[in-house]
Amino acid sequence: MVALASAAVAAIPLVYLLVRAGESGPTSIFGTLARGRVLEYVANSLGLAAATTATALVLGTAVAFVITRVQVPFSRAWLLVSALPLAVPSYLAGYGWLVSFPSINGFVPSWLLLTAVTVPYVTLPVAAALRGASGDLEGVARTLGRGPLRAFFVATWPSVRPAAIAGALLVALYALSDFGLVAMMRYPTLTWGINSAYSASFDRAQAATLALLLVVLALIVVAGERAARRQVPRAAARAVAARPVSRPGLLALLPILAVAPLFGVVFPLLGLLSRLLEATALREIDGPRLLGAVGSTVGVAVAAAVFAVLLALPIAALAARHRGRLVAAIESVGYLGHALPGIVVGLSLVFFSLAVVPALYQGIGVLVFAYAVLFMPKAIGTMRAGLGDVPPRLVSVARTLGISPLQAWWRVTVPLALPSVGIGALLVAIATMKELPATLLLRPTGVQTLATELWNRTVVFEFGAAAPYAALLVLVAAVPAVILSGVRSTAKEEL
Amino acid sequence: MRVIAAFSRTSISAIAVAGFLLSGCSASAPAPVETSVPAEPVVDGAFTLYSGRDEKLVQPLIDQFTAETGIVVEVRYGNTPELAALLLEEGEASPADVFLSQDAGALGALSQAGLFSILPDDIASAMPAGFTSTDGTWAGVTGRARVVVYDGERYTADELPDTIDGYVTSEWAGQLAVAPGNASFQSFVTALRVLDGEDAASGWVKALAGNDPQIFEGNSAILTGVDGGVVGAGLINHYYWYGAAAEVGPENMRAQLKFLTAGDAGSIVNVSGAGILNGGATDADALEFLRYLVSPTGQTYFVEQTFEYPLLPGIDAPAGLPSLQSLINPELDLSDLEDLATTQKLLSDAGLI
Repeated sequence: MVALASAAVAAIPLVYLLVRAGESGPTSIFGTLARGRVLEYVANSLGLAAATTATALVLGTAVAFVITRVQVPFSRAWLLVSALPLAVPSYLAGYGWLVSFPSINGFVPSWLLLTAVTVPYVTLPVAAALRGASGDLEGVARTLGRGPLRAFFVATWPSVRPAAIAGALLVALYALSDFGLVAMMRYPTLTWGINSAYSASFDRAQAATLALLLVVLALIVVAGERAARRQVPRAAARAVAARPVSRPGLLALLPILAVAPLFGVVFPLLGLLSRLLEATALREIDGPRLLGAVGSTVGVAVAAAVFAVLLALPIAALAARHRGRLVAAIESVGYLGHALPGIVVGLSLVFFSLAVVPALYQGIGVLVFAYAVLFMPKAIGTMRAGLGDVPPRLVSVARTLGISPLQAWWRVTVPLALPSVGIGALLVAIATMKELPATLLLRPTGVQTLATELWNRTVVFEFGAAAPYAALLVLVAAVPAVILSGVRSTAKEEL
Repeated sequence: MRVIAAFSRTSISAIAVAGFLLSGCSASAPAPVETSVPAEPVVDGAFTLYSGRDEKLVQPLIDQFTAETGIVVEVRYGNTPELAALLLEEGEASPADVFLSQDAGALGALSQAGLFSILPDDIASAMPAGFTSTDGTWAGVTGRARVVVYDGERYTADELPDTIDGYVTSEWAGQLAVAPGNASFQSFVTALRVLDGEDAASGWVKALAGNDPQIFEGNSAILTGVDGGVVGAGLINHYYWYGAAAEVGPENMRAQLKFLTAGDAGSIVNVSGAGILNGGATDADALEFLRYLVSPTGQTYFVEQTFEYPLLPGIDAPAGLPSLQSLINPELDLSDLEDLATTQKLLSDAGLI
C-alpha cells in the first residue's frame, strides 16, 4: 500500500499531462500528433535511444569485464575513472565539444556523446555483478571447447544480465528524455518538439500531448526491460582471479577503458578551460556566489537522494518479492518521471503544488520533491536487485524468532541491502546536481545551483565565463561518482 | 562488515539532517501567496520580477534602479518562453509582480490570458503607438531589428541580396541558418504575412523549407555558427552581434551584419517590453520600475549596454546603426505580430517546427 502512495507521487506528471492535453479536445490532439514532423521526432528519439543503449551495453560490459577479470594495473583507479562520465551533464559534454568543433551536429555526435556519458550506468552494476559471479562455469565452458567470447556468453553473461539490462534501461530512458545535448547538436527528437511547443506557442496543451507520446515510448522501453529481465538463480559466489595479460594485450585493452572518460569528460573540460584562457572579457569569478551555488547544489542533492530513496523503497521492496500486473504497473509508473524532460516535470509540480500546497510553492521542499519524482527510477532498479538478493531464508529465520514481518524486513533485509540503497542514493544525488530545467522552474527565487549558474553563461555562449562553473560542477558531482565506484553491490561477499 | 559500517543507519540519518539543514540555509524563504489584494497602493520597498532577459544584461540596470530608489528587486531569471509558460501555469497565484519579456509574443500571450493589469496612462502612452500594446496591458521598452548575419570571410555586404526573398534561392541551399522555434523568427514570418500577403509568405516559407535550411535553437547559436564558419548566413536580431563584438572587439568578428531594405519584412523591428501582473497591480514599487524602464535613464542604459534601439522619442539610437525611422514600414502595426498561432501552423505545415 505504501508502494501505491509512492507510485501516486510518481504519477503527478502524468496526471498533469492528461489534464493539460485534455483541455484542447480530441481533434486538436489528433492534429498535433498527425504532423509529419512528429513522426520524424519519434523516429529520431527511438533511433537515438536504441543506438545509445546498444553501444552503452556493449562498451559498459566490456569495460566492466576488463576491469574485473583482467589483471590491469590500478584496477580500482580505472573503475573510478570509468565512473567519472556520470558527473558530466550531457549538455556540458556537447558544449565542450562544440567549443573545439563548432560544425559538428546531427545523429552521430549525439549518439556518441550520449553513450560516453551513460556508459557508467552499465559499467558499475556489471562490474559489481562480475565480482560476485562465479567464474567456474566459464572455465568449464572453455574446457568443453568454447572460445573465450562464447564461453563468456554461455556461462557468465546469464548471471550479470539482470544488472546489465537494468543499467541499459536507465540509459534508454536518459536518451529518450535528454534535451540539452540534442539541442546543441541540432538533432530534432521528441524533446526538441516538446520544447518548441512550450517556447513557441505557449500552447501547453500541444506540449502536453507530445510529452504523453514520450511517456508511451518510455512505457514501451520499460516493458521491454521487464521482458528481458529474467532472474537467474545466483550460483554460490567464488571469486575469480583476474587473468594476467601480456603488455601488448594490455595496450590493446587501454582504449576500451579510456574511450568514454576521454570523450565524455577530459576533452570537453579541456575545450572549455582553453576558452577560459582566451577570452578577453573575463567575467570576474564571484567567490561567495560560487560557494553559495556549491552549497545549494550539494544540499539539495543530499536531500533529494534521501527523499527519493524513501519514496522508491516501497516500490522496490514490492517488486523484489512479487510479480503480477499490479506490481508491474506500479513499478512502471515509478519510471515515468525519468523519461520526461525536466520542463514537464517542473511545470507539473508547479501545477500540483499551487493546487495542493500553495504556501510551499517556490520553496525548497517542492524542489526536492521534484528531484525525487524525476530520479526515483534510478533508485528503484538498484534497490530492487539488492533487496531481491537477500536470501529469504534469513528473513524466515528472523520470523521464527518471533518478530513481525515489518520488523524482520527492517532489521534483516534492509541492512543487507544497504549497499544497493547507497548506490541508488548516490545515483540520485549525481543526477540532481546536474539537473537543469526543473530546477530553473521550481527553485526559490534567488537560489542558484551550479547547473543554473552554468546555464546563465552558456545561454549567451560565454564559453570562457562558463568554464569555472563547468569544472566545479564536474568536480562536485565526481565525489559521489567516485564513492559509487567503490561501493560493492551486495554484502554477500562478506558472508 | 566494513561495507555495512560505511552505510550505517546512524550515518545516513546524520547525512540526511545535514542535507536538509544545508539546503535550508541556502534557500530564501518562500514568498507568501497573497490571498487578498489591498485597495490602496502598497509601498513596501520591494517587488518580484520575472526576467526573460539575461542576467548579464539586466542585473546592472536593476542595481542602478535600486541605488537610485532604494527599492529591492527579487529577480527570477529564465528563458522568456519558459517564464511565460510558468506564468501561465501559475495564473493568479503567481508571486511575480513584473514580467520583463524578450519579445512581444510572450507579452501578447499573457495579455490574452488576462494575466496583466492595465497600466497607468503615463506608462502606457510613453512609447509611440506601434511600439507598445494597443490595450495598455504592456509597454514596449526596446527595439530589436531583424538582420542578416553573414560570414565576412566568404561574402561582402554588397554581394548579398537586399530583400529577404533573395535568401531562399538555390545558391543558399544548406547555407542559411534559421531558428524557426524562436519567437523573433516567428514574428518576422508574421510580418511577412501582414506585409506581403498570405500567399507570398507561404511561398517563402515553403521555399526555405525546401532549401536545406540549417536549423538552430536560437539567435546566439546562429551567431556562433556563422562566426565559426559553420554556415554562410543566418537570420538573427541585430544586438547579438554588437554584444559579441563588445566582448572580443569588432575587428575580431568573422561574422558581419547586413540590414535589409526598409519596408522589407526581413528588416522589421520587434520590441521587448514589460507588463505588470495582476498580483502586482497595486504594488507601487513595481510601477516605479516600469516607469524607470521607459524613462530616459533606463532607455539610455539599453542604448549603451545592449545596443538596442530606444523607443522613447528623443533618445538617440546607438552609433553605427541605421536610424529606427529608416527601418520601420509605416504599414506595419506591431500588435499584429501577436497572431503567432497562424504563423506556427504555417511553419509546422512546412515541416520547420
